[in-house]
Amino acid sequence: MGIRKAITGAEAAAEAMRQINPDVVVAYPITPQTPIVEQFAKYVADGIVDTEMVPVESEHSAMSATVGAEAAGARAMSATSSQGLALMWEIVAATPGLRLPVLMPLVNRTISAPLNIHCDHSDVMGITTLGWIQIFSENAQEVYENLLLAIRVAEDTRVQLPAMVNQDGFITSHAVEPVEIFDDVAVRAFVGVRSLNRGLLDLQHVRTIGAMVLPDYLLEVKRAQEEAMKNVFEVYAEVGKELSAITGHQYPFFETYRTEGAEAVIVVLNSAAGTAKVAVDAMWARGKKVGLLKPILFRPFPYAEIRDALEGIPVVGVLDRSMDFGAYAPVYTEIRNVLYELDKRPVTQSYIYGLGGRDIMTTEIEAVFEELLSGNLDPEHQRYIGLRG
Amino acid sequence: MPTLQEIALKTSGADARIVSGHRMCSGCGIASIIKTVLAASDKPVIVLNATGCLEVTTSVYPFTAWNTPWMHLTFENAAAVAAGVESAYKSLKRRGKIDCDVNILAVGGDGGTYDIGFQALSGALERQHKFMYLVYDNEGYMNTGNQRSGATPFGASTSTVPAGKMSSGKPQWRKNLVEIVAAHRISYVGQAAVHNTLDLYRKAQKGFNADGPAVLAVLQPCTTNWSYDPALTMQYSKLAVETNFWPLYEVENGVVHINTKPSNRRPIEEFLKGQTRFRHLFKPGNEHVIVEMQKMIDEEWARLLKIEESGIQF
Repeated sequence: MGIRKAITGAEAAAEAMRQINPDVVVAYPITPQTPIVEQFAKYVADGIVDTEMVPVESEHSAMSATVGAEAAGARAMSATSSQGLALMWEIVAATPGLRLPVLMPLVNRTISAPLNIHCDHSDVMGITTLGWIQIFSENAQEVYENLLLAIRVAEDTRVQLPAMVNQDGFITSHAVEPVEIFDDVAVRAFVGVRSLNRGLLDLQHVRTIGAMVLPDYLLEVKRAQEEAMKNVFEVYAEVGKELSAITGHQYPFFETYRTEGAEAVIVVLNSAAGTAKVAVDAMWARGKKVGLLKPILFRPFPYAEIRDALEGIPVVGVLDRSMDFGAYAPVYTEIRNVLYELDKRPVTQSYIYGLGGRDIMTTEIEAVFEELLSGNLDPEHQRYIGLRG
Repeated sequence: MPTLQEIALKTSGADARIVSGHRMCSGCGIASIIKTVLAASDKPVIVLNATGCLEVTTSVYPFTAWNTPWMHLTFENAAAVAAGVESAYKSLKRRGKIDCDVNILAVGGDGGTYDIGFQALSGALERQHKFMYLVYDNEGYMNTGNQRSGATPFGASTSTVPAGKMSSGKPQWRKNLVEIVAAHRISYVGQAAVHNTLDLYRKAQKGFNADGPAVLAVLQPCTTNWSYDPALTMQYSKLAVETNFWPLYEVENGVVHINTKPSNRRPIEEFLKGQTRFRHLFKPGNEHVIVEMQKMIDEEWARLLKIEESGIQF
């Protein structure tokens, strides 16, 4: 049993960072990630952690210095949102290719333009092809535990890839919830210490890192990177079991909620899954059999496992908090890919919701369920929840 | 101070920090610069290399010319990567995870320093990370075929601002990087040139031993894109100093000291002659460009002398 604290999602991330006590944290403030950096800076100022904290002049330098510290052999972290992620894109792309297990909380916020500081997933969905492990969190509790889980998965010798832990901007990052913080000693034993691992400061093993790789070898490097990504499933499950021993919680690749016998299921990420659970309960109370599937591990994507979970469900609606203009929305695309192998595929419907932080109500999700059950569906055209005419 | 022979011995052989087999152009001075600078460190050196000539010619997988810990990340962030390595060094040392002494060297060309890497450099200097930043300045994007940079001199023809009927080459003067970085109130900034090994070595030593960040700007004539005979690299470097086009000076704790004062300043034409990038300046109608260039060089030199004489601190 841990201690229950009333904290925000941002503070939950900072709590995980306090327990991890990284060698180096490099960050640049951006709304709504700022309270993570501020809280952690306070821990440094008060001597609660002895991390070397580097407040840099931009996100590009934040990720560059994080990668430099990680390459040197340190355990290094950063944190960002939206425009910050966009500015550091180049280095975010380089990190997995260098096989450096950087850990970064990402507080999801709309990508400009138009300028908007509120939540949607257009930041993360622009970078899911780059090779980071992507984990999504419904609430502050999950943010905290997912960060502890992610660092062990990322640093495992079978993986050695960077990881991002997502939470919804403001909705999760700034809302106060009860969060159970587990024992420092047990958590620190779980997260362990990163070995120098032939880093730049390991002078016994002088290394050239970031060599230029031409057409004769590049494909092999990328193939090896893909193998490492595939290993995440096995490591995630193993590490999840270890973490369970401390927390008593389970760490599945995704969560299903009342999908047994459901006639319609919706798929939705992050905080809206919490709202959807309330809607699911309201529907069952009215005798409507509906359920929810909440992806947690988004990269690598557990296609086979989600396929098994959705097999036999007549209708699947997918709610995306970002768009892929001129194409199917990102989560919808994955779910369509999941279902292709089935002999009897569910009918699907794509919905766009919550862009720029627009609220999604339980009543709106209930209306989605009613529509899914009605059969009035058009799988090739996305619909917009709450769109004003 | 070691002799030239002693420096040469430190930079060669299997124990050298960068070894032979790299792919730099025949006549390129970058190898001389990096070897001399690395030899000036009495501790192991970790090198953080921006994208550019030095990086692409020394690290083509599965080979490496580096016998010292070396990393390349991207083009514009060598100073930020160095800041990260220095922070890791401090942290791991404080936590007792390592017990070594190292110097940290970030290296970039002028494109990666004056232009795209400028913000990262300024940030790292302002935060006072303990590292040295070395720029080998070949006055343009030479790795990719002579495109204009903020270091390209007035009047030079580049592939992105070529000379032509309506153009006499770059219409702007270059940035004064040394003064800009000195304005960060760092304890050591040196301007050196590839031909003067002893001066370069001494400045590199000062930079490594500085209390905080240091910057070393070294002129590196480019045989390929200034296009002159590869045997003449040192000659052009020397002419750059003797014409006051590239004065050798340093700013130590804010105080300017000029290391070499040519007794008979040579006319700028002597430096320009024989370089393809300035060929158009010798055609009728462009005489005024050389006159203007000479005027700017003389004014800059007079200004530098005044700053030195005044003893005013940066």
